[in-house]
Amino acid sequence: MRLKRFVAVLGVGAVVACAPVQSGPSSSGADEKTGQLRVWLFDEVNRGPKEAVVKDAIAEFESAHSGVTVDVQYIQVQTRAERFKAAFSDPKSAPDVAEFGNTDLAGYVSAGGFSDLDLSKWGESKDLVPTVLDTAKVDGKVYGVPWFVGVRALYYRTDVFAELGIQPPKTLDEIAPIARRIRQAKPDMLGISAGGKYLFAALPFIWAQGGDIAKSDGGKFTSTVDSEQAKAGVAKYAELVKDDICPPAQCAGNGGDASVEGFRTGKAAMTIGGDFNRKSVDASAAAGKYGVVPLPGKTEGSIAPAFAGGNLLGVLKGTQRKSLSTEFVQLLASKKYQQKMYAAMGNLPTFSDVQQQVAESDKFLEPFTATLKSGTKFVPVTPSWAKIEAQAVLPTMIQEVVTGAKDVNAATKTAADAMNAAFAS
Amino acid sequence: MRNQGRVAYGYLTPALLVLGGLLAYPIYQLVLISLFDYGQEQVSGGAPLTFLGLGNYRTLLGQQQFWTVLGQTVGFAAVCVVGSLLVGTALAILCTRVRTWARMVLFLAALGAWSTPAVAGSTIWLFLFDANFGFVNEVLGTTGFSWTFDKWTAFGLVAAQVIWCSFPFVMVTLYAGIKAIPTEVLEAAALDGASTARTAVSVTLPLLKPLLIVVTIQSIIWDFKVFTQIYVMTNGGGIAGRNLVLNVYAYQQAFAASEYGLGAAIGVVMTAVLLAITVFYLRALKRQGEVL
Repeated sequence: MRLKRFVAVLGVGAVVACAPVQSGPSSSGADEKTGQLRVWLFDEVNRGPKEAVVKDAIAEFESAHSGVTVDVQYIQVQTRAERFKAAFSDPKSAPDVAEFGNTDLAGYVSAGGFSDLDLSKWGESKDLVPTVLDTAKVDGKVYGVPWFVGVRALYYRTDVFAELGIQPPKTLDEIAPIARRIRQAKPDMLGISAGGKYLFAALPFIWAQGGDIAKSDGGKFTSTVDSEQAKAGVAKYAELVKDDICPPAQCAGNGGDASVEGFRTGKAAMTIGGDFNRKSVDASAAAGKYGVVPLPGKTEGSIAPAFAGGNLLGVLKGTQRKSLSTEFVQLLASKKYQQKMYAAMGNLPTFSDVQQQVAESDKFLEPFTATLKSGTKFVPVTPSWAKIEAQAVLPTMIQEVVTGAKDVNAATKTAADAMNAAFAS
Repeated sequence: MRNQGRVAYGYLTPALLVLGGLLAYPIYQLVLISLFDYGQEQVSGGAPLTFLGLGNYRTLLGQQQFWTVLGQTVGFAAVCVVGSLLVGTALAILCTRVRTWARMVLFLAALGAWSTPAVAGSTIWLFLFDANFGFVNEVLGTTGFSWTFDKWTAFGLVAAQVIWCSFPFVMVTLYAGIKAIPTEVLEAAALDGASTARTAVSVTLPLLKPLLIVVTIQSIIWDFKVFTQIYVMTNGGGIAGRNLVLNVYAYQQAFAASEYGLGAAIGVVMTAVLLAITVFYLRALKRQGEVL
C-alpha cells in the first residue's frame, strides 16, 4: 500500500515537472568598455605562425584600449560542435569572439549563438568579395567577418604528365579518361585521388553540370540532388572512384585529408586540393613536381564552380562587451592582419584588392584566385545543413554509388528524402 | 511489525536515494526528452518546446535504416558474446591445467588486453591490419588488402577486437569459479568412477552456472552497446554506413545532429531491448529449473 502511494506521489511529481530544461543566452544588454575579452580560435597543425600574428593584433588592440586584456584559447576543430553547443547553453563559459567555419554559421545563428554585426561604419568592409561575404549572411544579416577563404583546384604531377606526354584536363569530362590512362601506364598509381567522403570535391562536379544539392524558395529549402543535372554530376564524380582510377577499397572511405594524403605520398597523379594544402604538399613526396590548375568546367576554358569554404570571426550573443568585441573582430580581420595571416599561414584573404596583391606576388595562387573570380558556390544556408552534415547524408550517397550498393537514381533519391526530412524539421 | 517495517525502510533509504539519483532520474529525463522536439535551438532557448508525444518513436520505427541497424547490432552482439564466452571459458579451463608460470603469463596477457583503453586498442588493431603497412597483411602476404572496406571483414575485424578486450573478464571470473569448487566434490565424482567429460558436464558446469549467467548478461549488455570500436575502426560506421550499430547510429543521427529528442528515443528503445533480452534469458533459465 505504502509503495503504491509512493509511486503515485512520484507520478504526480513527474507530471508537474514535465518539461526538459531550457537555458540560453539572452543578450545581456550590458556593453562594458574594460575588462577581459575572451577569444576562441581554431588550433592548427602548425600553430606557431598563427599565434604570432594573433599576438601582434592583441598587442595593438590592448595598447589602443587601456584596461582591456585579450585572452585567446585555441580549440580543436574536431570537437568544435560540442564546445560551441556548450558555450551557447551556458553564456558564462562562452567567449566574446570566436572563429568558426562558414558552413556552421546557419546552425549557430539559429541556436541563438552569434549576434549580427553592423559593418557599415567599417571602411574596409566594402572591399570584401561579395560572394565570400554572402557566406557570412543569414536572411540578409551579416553574422561574421570572413577571415580567410579556402577554395580547391586540381593538383597534378607535372613529372608524370610530362613522361606520358599528356596535358592537364581542359574539361570536366576529360578528367576520368586521363586518370584512367595514367593508371593503365602506371598500375601502382591512382589516376586521381578522389575520396568517397570528399564532398567538397564532388560538389563542383554537380555544380558544373548546372545542378545543385538544394534550392531555396522564399527561405524554404528542398533538395534537388535527385535532379537530372545533379545526378549527372554525381555519376561523373563516382566514375573516378572505380578500380581503373581510384579503387573503392582504397578510396571509398577517404575524406578530403585522406585524398590529399594520397597525393602527398606520391602515389596519385592528381587530386583536388585547396590552397591551404600547399604547405603540406610542399613537404611531401610530390614536392617540386606538381602543378595546379583550376578544376575545369563542362566546356573548355570554363572553371567548375568551387565551394567557398573559409572561416569567419564573429561576436557571441551573450557577450557583455559587444562594441569591444566588434572592434577586435574588425582589427583581426582587417586587411593588415589578413595580409599577415597570408604570410604566416598561406590563408587566402577575403578582400578583393588584397587577394589581387598576393596573387601577383605569388604565381601559385593564380588558379585559386581565378577560381574565386569565376564564381563560387556554397552549401544551403540553413540550420538544417548542420544536421545533414552530421548525418553524413551526401558522403553516404556517394559511397553507395561507388560501391555499387545503390545506383545513382536510388542513392540520390534516398539522399534527397533525408535532406528534405532535415529541412522540414 | 509496523515499527519493524519502518526500520527496514530506514535502512533501505540510502540505497534507494543513490539508485534514484543515479538511475531513476536519468531514465526519467531520457523518457521525458524523448517525448519532445528537443534540438540545439530548444536547449539554448532559441525556440519554444514542442511536445510530440510518441512522434520521435514513430519517426524512428518508420526508418528502414533503423531496423537494418538494429538487426546488425543484434547479430554483431551475438557473435561477440558467443566469441568472448568461448574464448574466455576455454582459457579459464586452460589456466587450471597449466603450471604456475604459464598461468601467470596468460593472466598478464589477458589483463593487458583488458586494461587497454578502447580507443587505443582499436587504433592498434587498425595499425596491425593496415592495408599497406600492417603486420597482418605482411605475414599473410596480402599487402594492399583492405580489411575495413568489405562489410563482413570489417565487422569480423571489429568483433575480433571486441572479443579480445572482453574475454579476460569471462576468463578471470570463470577461473575463480572453477577454483572455488570444493575438491571434495570432484574427488567424490572421481571415486564414483565419473570420466573427465562426465565430471565437467555433470559437476563443474552446474556449479558454474550462476557465474556463467552473470558473465553472459554482462557480455550481452556490453556488446550490445559497443560504440568506440565501431566508431574508431570503421571510421564512424563504415563505407556508406554499412557497419553501423545502434549506439553509433544514435550518435550520428541524433546527438551529432543535435536531435536530442530522437536520440533519447533511441536510448529508450535500446534500454527496452536490453531489458527484454535479459528478462527473456532469465526466464528461459528458470524454465530449465534453475534457481536464480
